[in-house]
Amino acid sequence: MIPAAFDYIVPDSLEAAAASLADGGENAKVMAGGHSLLPMMKLRLAQPSVVIDLKRLDSLRQIQADGGALRIGALVTHHQVETSSEVNENCPLLALTAGSIGDPQVRNRGTIGGSVVHGDPAADWPAALLALGAEVTLTSSGGSRSVAAGDFFLGPLTTAAEPNEILTGVSVPVPAAGTRATYRKVKQKASGFAIVGIAVCLRTDGDTCTDVGIGVTGLAGTPFRATAAEDQLRGKALTADAVAAAAAQVAEGVDALGDIHASGEFRSHLARLNTARAIQDALDG
Amino acid sequence: MANTTKIEVRVNGVGRTAEVQPRLLLVHYLRDVLGLTGTHIGCETSLCGACTVMVDGAAVKSCTLLAVQVDGCEVQTIESLATDDGLHPIQEAFWDCHGLQCGFCTPGMIMATRQLLQENPSPSEEEIRHGLEGNICRCTGYKHIVDAVQQAAEQMKAGT
Amino acid sequence: MPVSKLVGTKVKRREDPRLVQGLSHYVDDLRMADVLQVAILRSPHAHARINGIDKGAAQALPGVVSVVNGADIGDSVGSVPCAAANPTLRTPPHPVLAQGEVRYVGEPVAAVVAEDSYTARDALDLIEVDYEPLPAVSDLEKALQPGSPLVHSQWDSNQAFTFECGTGDMDKARAEADVIVKQKFIHQRLAPIPVETRGVVARYFPGEGELTVWSSTQIPHLLRAMLALVLGFPEHRIRVIAPEVGGGFGCKLNVYREEALLAHLAMKLKATVKWIEGRRENMQATIHGRGQVGTVEAAVKKDGTILGVTYDSLLDTGAYHQLLTPGMPPLTGLMISGSYKIPTLKFTSTGGFTNKVATDAYRGAGRPEATLVIERTMDLIARELDMDPVELRRKNFAQPADFPLPVATGLAYDSGNYQAALDKALEMVGYDDLRAEQKRLREEGRYLGIGFSTYVEICAMGPSAALPAGGWESGTVRMDFTGKATVLTGVSPHGQGEETTFAQIVSDDLGIPIEDVAVLHGDTAVVPNGIGTFGSRGISVGGTAVYMATQQVREKAEAIAANVLECSAEDLEFEDGKFSVKGVPDKGITIQEVALQAHVATKLPAGMEPGLQATSVFEPSNFTFPFGTHICVVEVDTHSGEIEIKKYVAVDDCGKVINPMIVDGQVQGGIAQGLGQALLEEVVYDEDGQLVTGSLMDYAVARAEDLPPLEFARTETPSPVNPMGVKGVGEAGTIGSTPSIVNAVVDALAPFGVTHIDMPLKPEKIWRLCQGGTK
Repeated sequence: MIPAAFDYIVPDSLEAAAASLADGGENAKVMAGGHSLLPMMKLRLAQPSVVIDLKRLDSLRQIQADGGALRIGALVTHHQVETSSEVNENCPLLALTAGSIGDPQVRNRGTIGGSVVHGDPAADWPAALLALGAEVTLTSSGGSRSVAAGDFFLGPLTTAAEPNEILTGVSVPVPAAGTRATYRKVKQKASGFAIVGIAVCLRTDGDTCTDVGIGVTGLAGTPFRATAAEDQLRGKALTADAVAAAAAQVAEGVDALGDIHASGEFRSHLARLNTARAIQDALDG
Repeated sequence: MANTTKIEVRVNGVGRTAEVQPRLLLVHYLRDVLGLTGTHIGCETSLCGACTVMVDGAAVKSCTLLAVQVDGCEVQTIESLATDDGLHPIQEAFWDCHGLQCGFCTPGMIMATRQLLQENPSPSEEEIRHGLEGNICRCTGYKHIVDAVQQAAEQMKAGT
Repeated sequence: MPVSKLVGTKVKRREDPRLVQGLSHYVDDLRMADVLQVAILRSPHAHARINGIDKGAAQALPGVVSVVNGADIGDSVGSVPCAAANPTLRTPPHPVLAQGEVRYVGEPVAAVVAEDSYTARDALDLIEVDYEPLPAVSDLEKALQPGSPLVHSQWDSNQAFTFECGTGDMDKARAEADVIVKQKFIHQRLAPIPVETRGVVARYFPGEGELTVWSSTQIPHLLRAMLALVLGFPEHRIRVIAPEVGGGFGCKLNVYREEALLAHLAMKLKATVKWIEGRRENMQATIHGRGQVGTVEAAVKKDGTILGVTYDSLLDTGAYHQLLTPGMPPLTGLMISGSYKIPTLKFTSTGGFTNKVATDAYRGAGRPEATLVIERTMDLIARELDMDPVELRRKNFAQPADFPLPVATGLAYDSGNYQAALDKALEMVGYDDLRAEQKRLREEGRYLGIGFSTYVEICAMGPSAALPAGGWESGTVRMDFTGKATVLTGVSPHGQGEETTFAQIVSDDLGIPIEDVAVLHGDTAVVPNGIGTFGSRGISVGGTAVYMATQQVREKAEAIAANVLECSAEDLEFEDGKFSVKGVPDKGITIQEVALQAHVATKLPAGMEPGLQATSVFEPSNFTFPFGTHICVVEVDTHSGEIEIKKYVAVDDCGKVINPMIVDGQVQGGIAQGLGQALLEEVVYDEDGQLVTGSLMDYAVARAEDLPPLEFARTETPSPVNPMGVKGVGEAGTIGSTPSIVNAVVDALAPFGVTHIDMPLKPEKIWRLCQGGTK
């Protein structure tokens, strides 16, 4: 319950934050809302010697629709995403995903940046970000770079962010008009995390699927984009058989996680089932 | 001795300042520094909601915030709800509807209800159950809590 | 002004204003000067030898006052007590801090006393313990097999005790039976999870030689007695206070290492010390419930007549006995007959030590196991005989005229009308239509299930002869100078609302406003004697004591009134708080005026002692046996394994009702925990004894969304065991609900050939059972 002691820094600028992080090295941690970091610190699974609180960086609290992309700052809370009119108009999948995270209190304080950079393999954000082809922006003293969501998640609590990099925002291409999307989550009843979460983003021309993104979280140690399943759909008529064939691909070759809540075999089954159901929901929606 | 940071927080309308360790959790600041013991601790893992308070008008779990994070903020705890005129309508409703037994989760449940009704003044039963997903009550089975939230919603609408 | 009668009506709880404002005081809320904080280092191993402990760095940390381990305590504190009597019992030493060996994950190894809780926590990380891991056994059945690692090496096996009860000739029943039904049951371990964890503050007053212990307990008086024994400290110098208690559900019906440890530290350091349990500590070191495995065998005639039932079971005791650990199986065995007339019953239990924390009483305490077994068995029999489960139950029910009902387990049920509760529930749920709906949906590939539990439970614990440490309860009622009443009760409420219900009783019978009645409890210096709150005994035993004391106060008041009014007591009538001379309504005296006279003491009858108070210690002549019918309707998604409760009807009979709102609350809360066992909850240890469900991240309790809308009704069959006819309702919901949910899901999956599923009914289990397709 009680974190180990640390030094606390509240930088006034992103540059200062990056400099502090560079100084602090491996033992420094950046904090946004604190809802991924603090739980680890309370259990002393994380014991940073320096915590750099980004709370004064108001520029990271913005949601902007800009040049065909939604730019969401790292400090934007899940609740802001859930209720933002810009998000709901341009990309309701993000709002739906945000609303399925944790609970109201957690959504009020937890941030998209903090959650994404934490890299929890059962978090909700990765599914939507992968399905939508989002990019994350990483900033260090040396400058900024963008990393595609598909290249960002590397393993349990492991991401492409270097120790000296701050995740400053997420950029999501605004789906073309007519895109249908949904997120289906099988909730781990105790923690509220995803046993399996499937985000589907679908564009159709008549009965034919013109483009599709399927993001999968919870199933494996790394959230991933189900490209084989997507390939089964792209350019095809969305018949029940086609949907079933695509869903069947979603866990192929995946080293599925197993724990007391669901074995790997069941998780794989749930991934297939919910992929099929998510596609159907998207079509029905 | 560990380093400390000065914080200024308005708690239940009163300005407070303190020198605190950066690692001091908000819930411990409220309980142990300010003596506001109505905010309870139930789980350690941000799941039970017993420690729910409002920071700048939004319900949060005070076990998952550092006191230093709310420097400059407005914090409201369960102790702020009743006035000289009596209980808050949510408190009245929990009393009327027997929405509590041991009472330990109740302050957090009431603060979560306050947030819920702020966002949705006329929630359905389903919306109430969903809206309280961040709070655990082990005594009541929730039915009377749902009744209480419904009654509070009616009262608060009538009162505005 | 006429005073309306309160008993039987919804009276808002008098406890609530302080609770809804956060102004109450649970142990952690007590503000005292100079309190030292205690943190406890616990074993990360299920079984290990402690070869050494280095406390140096911890002791050197600024702010640390003391670091103690088992060797420091030695034999200055005795063994943590087990009160349950059983001649076969093996009772291992149960030290407050491990003495050279740890036997479960979470066992206390050392304690840090520091100036603040943050420093105490930091110091834990600085204690170096040299553990030598030893073979551990986690699985109960493996623990009882030859060659298992031994939890306690002084014995040649892990057998902790044996117990049996029942009468009749099962061989004969088998021989006469047309059908034998057998089934194995696993009653998984559950964590009680009161939202307030345990907490203790102990303060020693060296000048007065007195020890005060505040503990989040259900049994302050028993705790006081046990602390006296464990500490070797005179009982009359100990005061135990249970302040506001944030739920217990049986897990605070106990005496724990930390209570004795804190008391010891307070005396040793001549200080006030405080320990508040964290939730992870709570999962590791507070007792678990259930933990039973058993096999039932039922011998049945083709027409559904049940000739005999045996249930052979094992209890996972954990590594050490807590207060009532071995007392759980008897409660299962005694209730294995359920609400049915079964001439032959045989129950056996063998306790087995495992490298896990102890099991003990958790809401229902042994009866949920019995109820699940017999109610599931009824469905198994019905399936085997192709009979409607309702008809089978009707056929075997005890009838109202059978009461008091002698049962083959040795009990005599007090009163009941099982058919009436069933009929009411069937009507509410619309049973006939449901079966038709079920048939129709199955044709569409949808799986509806209907589950019954026509339960009976045992409560109002209980006659002293049947309990290990007294089953009576005390109640004192006192009217003071100004006519206000103070009630002292030995029960120790922690959510049950006795400050309200007891005041309803006293208010009615003394004819005074409820505002003029205070109910005090939970302090051994205030309440002279008591047992506590558990076993659904608050109203039925504690309330009866208060009721009887109230009658005595009124009798004395009447005698005083007669003396003041210069008439005989027979000439008086009492109404609305006033004694009046019959036929002369103007000539009277209020009970408040009588109270004043009782204290002024100038107009008392000759020889009468001044004052107006009475104490009753009620010793019940029997248990009470509440009952009811719960019906659950589910739909199962065989693809996802998810279970949706479509409808839930509960008809409960807890005898006379003092406050229907509180009774409803008890039933609803009980159902939430029963549903938790059926669907969500399970303490999991791995094979090596590591606790996998170590926090609420992995142990799921029901949230608001998990509960379906519930429909309620009551029947009312008074108990003849006590003058108010009350039975008790604290555990009924938990005992009655679980089997109805399991039976509903098994019923839904009948087309898949499913006859039984062990709890919790998690989606993966359901999905696997459906993989073979319908049969």
